[in-house]
Amino acid sequence: MNVHEYQAKELLKPYGVNVLGGVLVENASEAAEKAEKISTDVIVVKAQVYAGGRGKSGGVKLAKSREEAVEICKDMLGMQLITPQTGEEGVTVKKVYLEEGCQIAEEYYLSLVVDRKNSCVSLIASKEGGMEIEEVAEENPEAILTISIDPLAELRDYQVRQVIEALEIPKKAQKSMVASLKSFYKAFVAMDCDMLEINPLVLTADQEVVALDAKMGFDDNALYRQPAIHSLKDTSEDDPREVQAAKHDLAYVALDGKIGCLVNGAGLAMATMDAIYGEGGEPANFLDVGGSATVEKVTEALRIILSDETVNGIFINIFGGIMQCDTIANGIVQAAGDQQIEVPIVVRLEGNRAQEGADILKNSGLNIATAPSLDEGAAKIVEMSSEGGTV
Amino acid sequence: MSIWVNEETKVLVQGITGSAARLHTRQMLDYGTKIVGGVTPGKDGEEVEGVPVYGSVQKAVDATDADASVIYVPAPFAADAIIEAADAGINLIVCITEHIPVQDMITVHHYLKSRPVRLIGPNCPGIITPDNCKIGIMPGHIHQSGRIGVVSRSGTLTYEAVHALTTSGHGQSTAVGIGGDPISGTSFVDVLESFERDENTDAVIMIGEIGGDAEETAARWAQENMTKPIIGFIGGITAPPGKRMGHAGAIVSGSGGTAETKIAEMESCGIHVARRISEIVPLLNKAL
Repeated sequence: MNVHEYQAKELLKPYGVNVLGGVLVENASEAAEKAEKISTDVIVVKAQVYAGGRGKSGGVKLAKSREEAVEICKDMLGMQLITPQTGEEGVTVKKVYLEEGCQIAEEYYLSLVVDRKNSCVSLIASKEGGMEIEEVAEENPEAILTISIDPLAELRDYQVRQVIEALEIPKKAQKSMVASLKSFYKAFVAMDCDMLEINPLVLTADQEVVALDAKMGFDDNALYRQPAIHSLKDTSEDDPREVQAAKHDLAYVALDGKIGCLVNGAGLAMATMDAIYGEGGEPANFLDVGGSATVEKVTEALRIILSDETVNGIFINIFGGIMQCDTIANGIVQAAGDQQIEVPIVVRLEGNRAQEGADILKNSGLNIATAPSLDEGAAKIVEMSSEGGTV
Repeated sequence: MSIWVNEETKVLVQGITGSAARLHTRQMLDYGTKIVGGVTPGKDGEEVEGVPVYGSVQKAVDATDADASVIYVPAPFAADAIIEAADAGINLIVCITEHIPVQDMITVHHYLKSRPVRLIGPNCPGIITPDNCKIGIMPGHIHQSGRIGVVSRSGTLTYEAVHALTTSGHGQSTAVGIGGDPISGTSFVDVLESFERDENTDAVIMIGEIGGDAEETAARWAQENMTKPIIGFIGGITAPPGKRMGHAGAIVSGSGGTAETKIAEMESCGIHVARRISEIVPLLNKAL
């Protein structure tokens, strides 16, 4: 789960992270009044969207006066912001953050990530503040310092000194930098983050260390113990089918193709998509019903797939381990009873209680094709859906 | 004959009084696994499927001499269950539980590092040495004893591969599911190393998926250290970047972790990579 910049800054403040004063504007009519609260001459106007890359796409603008800031703010609210991460249609800007300007002496890059390779949290720092870290990694990899943090020892002073040395932090600002780095790590662990990126982290003309931008990602598996963060969850930029699926604990990702997939297990669901693609078809979605699916969950999964009107065929591929095939079969029968299914369905059941599942489907009188293996099922659904007929 | 588990392995079930654990305790017993006890705090003295329940792992170990444990406890308590098992002297811990917070797993990983214990998982189907010992949730009947090792990040894909092997007459020495989380106790390299040493394993099926670079690391290690052939498979060729595909660890971030880069690295290190599940057995036959 992600939060907006203004929320991330609010969350980081109690940990001792320096941020600039700012106000959130959600209505053009309140822009002038809100802008009164900002005391600097220069005001930065920032679109609050989850997608990255807004800076280069017109989502961050500098105003030289309060009046100009209000004008920019009014233009920005409601605009479609298209960044490299939003796709062609872009996202609607519903919130704009007005922030104080500051005199920047130096810009740095700083992030904390879950480091899979070293099974720890790692701190990544670079002097190339403001640049995308992927670009720096490509062009100038030695400019990046990575420090692995042992969770039992936490971030040590000597590690912080390494960062200060690598970034060439001036003497006067070092104390402030030490405090900031420790604050970031403390915040990262305490709030169950999986990503925290400050780009840029700046040194102001009066030697203060300030987080000019803040991006935070949180571990979905830990939201149960982070109620304050969970309450910030906002799904308005997400695909509605993904939102609906999440409500039922189904892992669903919308894709561009036309063949719906219902599978148990994430790996098998990916392999099923790949097999459909390999047969010349295109999957409409990734859907993992999970290992402990009930009849109701399977029914809901089918409903979600069928609510996508471009879907012209469905492949149900189940290898029962913890999941029992008869549960899937009962779910299919129930979903078919609820609504008319007009697209061809191919079902492949294997593993735990596969025979019982097959019997349920056979006795249901439903018009469902079966397949003995993943690859044969994929071939069959691609063929049947392209013919456009029913089974 | 196998790696890590065999007919001698004495297994505890942590969280045995939960419904999934009960179901799988029954299935493991039916398969012939030596389930010697269960653990649920506060349920000391109860019985599940004829198996005695203890209030702590230490009590269970004292009473049964168990050397392995399988964990079915809910995610908020799973990290604690792993550490409790390690402290009680269990040397093989299999954690089935999914959705464990990543910070919990980071702490667990570092806690276990200095101790003589192996953790398999979390978020995995478990480990099976066919006909001898099944620890986890995999359907036992699809397996057959033999000489092919299997290691995988995905549960159901492991079943696919095992099923393809068995129906074509290739039995398995051991099949290990290492799990789909970003932080796991056992890596591909750990398993490959053991299969390389195991004199009853002739070849290995290695099943990966998008996200991270565990497959690439394993491929480079294998090039230097493996004499036995490896047949690979990677799920998620069609996965879009930036989207988490079910497993917490299955995400293409930036330009890293794609199926293409994994397949390319594996092939350049001498691994035969199947593009479809049905190609695994033909590639294996060719390599043997």
